[in-house]
Amino acid sequence: MSLLRSEPAFFDNLPEVRLPFSPEALTSLEAGQLVSLSGTLYTGRDQTHRRLCALLEDGKELPVDLVGQLLYYVGPSPARPGRVIGAAGPTTSYRMDSYTPRLLALGLAATMGKGARSAEVRQAMLAHGAVYLAAIGGAGAFLSRCIKKSELVAFAEAGPEALFRFEVENFPAVVINDLAGRDYYALVAAAKKKGEG
Amino acid sequence: MREIDSNEIRKAVRDMAIAAAHDLEPDILEALLAARDRETGELAWNILDLLLTNADIASRERIPVCQDTGTGILFLELGQEVHIQGDLNEALQEGVRLGYEEGYLRKSVCDPLTRKNTGTNTPAVVHLEIVPGDHLTIRFLPKGCGSENMSSLAMLPPAAGTEGVVRHVIDRVLAAGSNPCPPMIVGVGLGGSFEKAALLAKKALLRPVGEKSARQDVAVLEERLLREINAKGQGVHGFGGITTALAVHMEIFPCHIASLPVAINIQCHAHRHKEIVL
Ligand code: SF4
Repeated sequence: MSLLRSEPAFFDNLPEVRLPFSPEALTSLEAGQLVSLSGTLYTGRDQTHRRLCALLEDGKELPVDLVGQLLYYVGPSPARPGRVIGAAGPTTSYRMDSYTPRLLALGLAATMGKGARSAEVRQAMLAHGAVYLAAIGGAGAFLSRCIKKSELVAFAEAGPEALFRFEVENFPAVVINDLAGRDYYALVAAAKKKGEG
Repeated sequence: MREIDSNEIRKAVRDMAIAAAHDLEPDILEALLAARDRETGELAWNILDLLLTNADIASRERIPVCQDTGTGILFLELGQEVHIQGDLNEALQEGVRLGYEEGYLRKSVCDPLTRKNTGTNTPAVVHLEIVPGDHLTIRFLPKGCGSENMSSLAMLPPAAGTEGVVRHVIDRVLAAGSNPCPPMIVGVGLGGSFEKAALLAKKALLRPVGEKSARQDVAVLEERLLREINAKGQGVHGFGGITTALAVHMEIFPCHIASLPVAINIQCHAHRHKEIVL
């Protein structure tokens, strides 16, 4: 369709942040800030979380060290031959809420998905010094191009729900919950209310 | 009696599954474009712009618009003068299976108890209606679950009235927050029975985006709902702005004197749908 522009420059000029986050980078993130992520992250959604927490329950070791890492909630579509990966946008985060505090307690530094987190997760993030980011939901084809490498780490039997390690470049995301305890969705709602007030 | 070969149906469904995942239809593209051009929030404008770019990349590079390529929902209108050679349901399911396999689409269907993936994205959900004539119309609506999970059904007391319906719909849409990837299309099914309301809400999504109800009072209600939802300012992905919803489509059906069923089926901006007439 000729109406479409090919490259949005806006997303090319975001402040760049390396993954995994350095302690300084983590502290500098502010709710509402748009960032461009480059580096490595891990992926997981419903079945990965179920399996990780079952391993913890049984006192077993996890297949990956999550300390300081970012866990991205995504179940990619299969890669066509010759491609790194298929579409790979975020899935809704609240489904992971019941598992997240356990992983944050282990030292997971950041999670990324879409949609608001529960009060328990927000509290756990504050307690353990972790942040939450939103990726652009429904932009799976665009985000696919930001993933330069994908490696299966565990739970192959879970298909699209397996745990992968991604290498990403210029992957755009919005900081939702920062270390100061701010929540961007709540800030947007509050600003709107104030405007009406 | 007109004969339609089930092989033809299987192939049509396969092709629709692949096309739906990659090529958005003009109705949703135009709605996104119009929303972008109206949008005042900077982040919201840029995300709408990115969604148009995303659709462009998807179509050109054959990467699905969204990784959640959905549960297959099939709506069939079967002319009563058509005779199908072979097994219709098998042809539909096999078409979905082939489309998801050969199109590199994500298989997202699992057993509700064991959560074991069926591995084929089947079974698809099939709705069949018998209509006059000698054609078969098949509509394919792959439905992602970020939006489907935010849907709901309520049996309101008739005393709730129009105002009660409006409040209920707005409450549900706002409670969904950014989970269903707004801007969304809100399908409302009003009246009928428990299951009819849900089906109406889903069928409302089959209407071209933004097309008004043919019934004047319903069209007025659709417009009011859209205006009030967008006035709340949640906006694109919950980041603020004036585009929480692209459209509200309401389908209605008479109901029992003691009943007022309201179903809300939410659809995301990745509104994928295809149609074929055989
Ligand atoms: S809600 Fe729609 S756009 Fe968002 S992830 Fe699900 S299918 Fe994709």
